[in-house]
Amino acid sequence: MRITIAGARVIDPASQFDQITDLHIDAGQIHALGQAPEGFVAAQTIDARGLIASPGLVDLNVSLREPGFGRKGNIASETRAAAVGGVTSLCCPPDSRPVLDTPAVAELILDRCERAGQTRVFPIGALTKGLEGEQLSELVALRDAGCVAFTQGLAPIRDNRILRRALEYAAGFDLPLIFTPQDPALAEGGVAHEGPTAARLGLPGIPETAETVTLARDLLLIEQTGVRAHFSGLSSARAIDMLADAQARGLPVTADVAMYQLLLCDEDLDGYSSLLHVMPPLRSSSDRRALRQAVQAGVIQAIASHHQPHEPEAKRVPFAASAPGISSVEIMLPLAMTLVADGLLELPAVLARLTSGPAAALGLPAGRIAVGDRADLVLFDPAGTTEIGKHWLSKGDNCPFLGQAAPGCVSHTLCDGQLVFQA
Amino acid sequence: MSLKSSQLQLNQQGQLCHFLGIDGLPRELLTEILDTADSFLEVGERAVKKVPLLRGKTVCNVFFENSTRTRSTFELAAKRLSADVLNLDIQTSSTSKGETLYDTLRNLEAMAADMFVVRHGNSGAAHFIAGNVCPEVAIINAGDGNHAHPTQAMLDMLTIRRHQAPFEQLSVAIVGDIMHSRVARSNMEALRILGCPDIRVIAPRTLLPAGIEQYGVRVFNDLRVGLRDVDVVIMLRLQKERMQSGLLPSEGEFYRQYGLTSDSLALARPNALVMHPGPINRGVEIESAVADGPQSVILKQVTYGIAVRMAVMSMAMAGQTTQRQSRQGAQ
Repeated sequence: MRITIAGARVIDPASQFDQITDLHIDAGQIHALGQAPEGFVAAQTIDARGLIASPGLVDLNVSLREPGFGRKGNIASETRAAAVGGVTSLCCPPDSRPVLDTPAVAELILDRCERAGQTRVFPIGALTKGLEGEQLSELVALRDAGCVAFTQGLAPIRDNRILRRALEYAAGFDLPLIFTPQDPALAEGGVAHEGPTAARLGLPGIPETAETVTLARDLLLIEQTGVRAHFSGLSSARAIDMLADAQARGLPVTADVAMYQLLLCDEDLDGYSSLLHVMPPLRSSSDRRALRQAVQAGVIQAIASHHQPHEPEAKRVPFAASAPGISSVEIMLPLAMTLVADGLLELPAVLARLTSGPAAALGLPAGRIAVGDRADLVLFDPAGTTEIGKHWLSKGDNCPFLGQAAPGCVSHTLCDGQLVFQA
Repeated sequence: MSLKSSQLQLNQQGQLCHFLGIDGLPRELLTEILDTADSFLEVGERAVKKVPLLRGKTVCNVFFENSTRTRSTFELAAKRLSADVLNLDIQTSSTSKGETLYDTLRNLEAMAADMFVVRHGNSGAAHFIAGNVCPEVAIINAGDGNHAHPTQAMLDMLTIRRHQAPFEQLSVAIVGDIMHSRVARSNMEALRILGCPDIRVIAPRTLLPAGIEQYGVRVFNDLRVGLRDVDVVIMLRLQKERMQSGLLPSEGEFYRQYGLTSDSLALARPNALVMHPGPINRGVEIESAVADGPQSVILKQVTYGIAVRMAVMSMAMAGQTTQRQSRQGAQ
């Protein structure tokens, strides 16, 4: 279908394009910018005056909960929620049940995503079978089935020799790996950042060194093996320093942070809200400041939702007994606009962390507006307001921002030239 | 964001309607608890040990962790207030059938319970129940994880007030496993609110929580330095499992470094009180001669515990009733 988006401020961080113009879409692709090509007759024209048109957001971490955790969410519900949040491309981690460690699971996910037809999905494969940290998954077969990167998530590889081999093997096929460093012994039993707040609340702490000790090891092995590496969900200021040092030495490592890590910190745990139980834990306000500065400086290239929907019962228990995770993919755009509103970054820079930044980190064919590319777009009103929770589509309502208002309001989401969401 | 304990446990008139923790409570309220407990001590000495303050009310002791002493004193306190008492040992009943904490308490609430006395292994469990499960039932925290044991702290304060100089003139030392102790946390908070100018904690580094400074305490790793000239020594129980996780080399080494013996007690003021929340490990954290000696008020603490629990239960029930009336009035 031919669509014209008329009069939007088109921002494409990848090409640093920022101008009020028209966008013409044909056969799912960006056909032209500016003047309509001769003979182009739009079947639908969207009056986008006052709106921003951006590449659809690229979210590197969205748990879809399918297969295996239907009470928490499913592909239809969570990709729908993503579309509402302006997300048109997402990566799902391999912690489904069964674990995404065979091509069959990847194919099942991709089939169901295609049937849902909401967003593009790029699965992340398990680096080891069952995420058990012992035997490598068939990485090349998984790549051929559509996996764009591989990870252990928080599941450890305890044996450094196996880890080294895994990195070497992946490097040989130029497969990107995603690391979320956390030493299982130092973190054992912990549910919150080890610091004054957790001490006062009597919550078992996770020291910063649980992250940095493992990060140091990972960086050394990445350097030795030359594997393409991306860090996900780093939580401490010290870890950011180590990452920046590695980048300064020329190691091509990238990183993302969870949106909620930029907005919340451990002091918010007073009151024991299980909605704030996340892993890695929310760290101190000075750690949060360092994360925000790293996003500003570009040491962190991507902001992801780290969307983890849960059934109500998983959170309706005391803090330590609750399942970690926040459901937030469907408010990605408004939460991002709060970063503009509080002066952290200008709008095009925030959009870069949500589109071209994450796409480049994993080499995804997404996150930009260019003639001939897929028409994956989000239109939003920067002057609008989103009342969070007024409509809620994710199966998980485990979101600490429910009931709050955030700046900016998604009006249209287009995926592959199809209107998948309209406010 | 959810309410802090200090906000959740007071009604609009500033009265206690749950008792979840010490942190954030005003000094006047702690003093009121102690004054009320003082008046109840006299009840325990009568031939007929009952007052009718909770007549017709149902109190459920819901214990998810074992405790003979705490549960018994809560039970006696409720009975002396003329309440109907139901004791539930949850480890052996519903949760083993897969019922959640939420459902267990909602069921008890449906039996028209007026007060839950709750002990649970998770920090914040009492807060969770008061905030998210049954806000209209008065919740008394009888110990939640490592977080708080506020009735123990108040009975410790009552013991100190009845046997020592005013709080403003005291040096108090808390010795042992501070890290895993809800008693230590609640005591540090209570002492600070009541104006104690010199609170000391004495422990090896491995048994001190991060950010201990926030309690306004002085930290000592050496018992012999920390005990010098204190007026009160509060010993904490050492759990055996601390030896397995690399926190301590052995019971013997702990006793030699941190055990309260006649020799180490001699460093404190001559009339210093020796306290312990019980149950005591003789020869692990305290020498028998000290536990049974003239300076020990360990058994007094047990007696005062009943009075303090009567005070807290009657005050919270009154506050909850006021709250309910103002809610009904508003409708």
